[in-house]
Amino acid sequence: MATITMTVNGSEVSAEAEGRTLLSQYLREGLGMTGTHVGCDTSQCGACVVHVNGQAVKSCTMFAAEAAGAEVTTVEGMANADGSLGVIQQAFQDHHGLQCGFCTPGMVMSAAALLKDNPKPTEAEIRDYLEGNICRCTGYQNIVRAIMAASGQEVPGAIAAE
Amino acid sequence: MHNFDFVSPSTVEEAAAALQGDEAQALGGGQTLIPTMKQRLAAPTTLVSLTGIAGMSGVSSDGGALTIGGATTHATVADQAGAYPALAALAGGIGDPAVRNRGTIGGSLANNDPSACYPSAVLGSGATVVTNTREIAADDFFDGMFTTALDEGEIITAVRFPVPQAASYQKFLQPASRFALTGVFVAQYADGVRVAVTGASEGGVFRWSEAEAALSADFSAGALDGLSVSADGMIGDLHGTPEYRAHLIKVLTKRAVSAAA
Ligand SMILES: Cc1cc2nc3c(=O)[nH]c(=O)nc-3n(C[C@H](O)[C@H](O)[C@H](O)COP(=O)(O)OP(=O)(O)OC[C@H]3O[C@@H](n4cnc5c(N)ncnc54)[C@H](O)[C@@H]3O)c2cc1C
Ligand code: FES
Ligand code: FES
Repeated sequence: MATITMTVNGSEVSAEAEGRTLLSQYLREGLGMTGTHVGCDTSQCGACVVHVNGQAVKSCTMFAAEAAGAEVTTVEGMANADGSLGVIQQAFQDHHGLQCGFCTPGMVMSAAALLKDNPKPTEAEIRDYLEGNICRCTGYQNIVRAIMAASGQEVPGAIAAE
Repeated sequence: MHNFDFVSPSTVEEAAAALQGDEAQALGGGQTLIPTMKQRLAAPTTLVSLTGIAGMSGVSSDGGALTIGGATTHATVADQAGAYPALAALAGGIGDPAVRNRGTIGGSLANNDPSACYPSAVLGSGATVVTNTREIAADDFFDGMFTTALDEGEIITAVRFPVPQAASYQKFLQPASRFALTGVFVAQYADGVRVAVTGASEGGVFRWSEAEAALSADFSAGALDGLSVSADGMIGDLHGTPEYRAHLIKVLTKRAVSAAA
C-alpha cells in the first residue's frame, strides 16, 4: 500500500492504493466519488471515462499510481460552482439524453473532451468521438442532440421548447 | 488481478535495469496489458511504467524519415505525424479516443496482435524498430501472432519510418472490438511498392508479394485484377471465414491503391 496524491476536480486528495488499484477504484472506493461508473471493467463501454491532465481516458484501464500528481476531472466536477447542472449536463436533461443514466457520466466526460478541442462538432464528428461510449438505452439519438445543443448549435429534429 | 509493485523510472537505463527482475514487465498505455492482467493471463510481480520516460514520447521528422518515440500515444501520432499522412490517419482510427489517449506504438508492436493496425504500417513501410539494445528491421521483427523478435525485457524506444511517395491504410472495421477484421497498408517508394496485410493470417501480419510486384510495375488498382489470395492459413472465426478474409485483402488493397494514387 502506498499513499497516492492527485488533484481531483481542483482539490488535492490522497488515498491508500495498491499497485493494482485502478483509477476507477481509487475514485469510487478510495475517495467515495461514485459518479464515475464501471460498466464493463473490460475497456469497452466508456462509462468510466474521466479526464487526466485534460485528456479523456477509461479510468478502469489506468492504474491510480499512473495518475499520481495528475489533474483529474470527473463528472462531479462538471456541475457549476453553485451545484446546478453544467451546460453539458443540462443539455442531456433538456434533450432526454439519458434513460437509465448508467452511461451518462462517461458520455458527459467524452462530450466535454470533444467540445474542448472542437467547440462546434458536426453530427458525424460527435458520433465518431463517441465510438468508445456504449449506451444500452437511448439509441444515441438524444445524446447526439444534447451535445449539439450544448455546443450552441441547432439541434436536428428538436421539438421547439416553449 | 494479482498485485504487483509499480515502478515509474525516468530513464531508459533505469527501466531496462528494473525489467531484469524476475517476472517484471513493461507497461505502456496499459490498453492491452491491463485487461490481460484482469483476466490473470498476465501476472507480473513488477510493472515498469515507460510513459514517464522523457525522450520516449514524441514525433520528429528528419529528411525522409519520421521517428516516433516508443511510448508515444496513438493520439499524439494522429495529431503530429502530418509528414506521413497515412500513418497519422491509421493512428487516428485505432479504437476510440480514450484508447488513443493512452495506447502507445511500442505497446502495440510488442503485443503484435494479429488484428492490430500498427504492425501493417511498420511492415508496409519497411520501418526500423529501435530498442534499448539494437535496431530491428520490420521484416525481421514480426514472428507470428503475438510473437516478435524482442528479447525478454527489451524496450522499444522508437520506430523510424521512411516516408513514402504515396501510401494508404484501409481498415475493414470489426465494429465490436474496433480492431481490423482485415486491414491493408500500401506504400509506394522510389524502389518499389510494399503491401502489408493485418487481421487476416493465422501467421499475423504479412507482405503480399504478388501484389507488391504488380504494383511496382503499375501503381493502379487495375494492376491487381488478375491476382487472388488463397484462403489457406487465413483466420476463420465468427466474424468472417478464411475465404471472406482472403477476398477482403484484394478489395482493400485496391481501395488503398486508389486512395494513395
Ligand atoms: C477498446 C479497444 C479498442 C482497440 N482498438 C484497436 C484498433 O483498432 N487497432 C489496434 O491496433 N489496436 C487497438 N487496440 C489496442 C491498443 O492499440 C493498445 O493500446 C495497444 O495494442 C497496446 O499498447 P499499450 O501502449 O496500451 O501497451 P500495454 O497494454 O501497456 O502493453 C502491451 C504489451 O507490450 C509491452 N510493452 C509496452 N510498451 C512496450 C515498449 N515500449 N517496449 C517493449 N514492450 C512494451 C507490455 O509489456 C505488454 O506485453 C484497442 C484496445 C482497446 C481497449
Ligand atoms: S468500465 Fe471502463 S470501459 Fe467499461
Ligand atoms: S442511458 Fe442507460 S445506458 Fe445509456
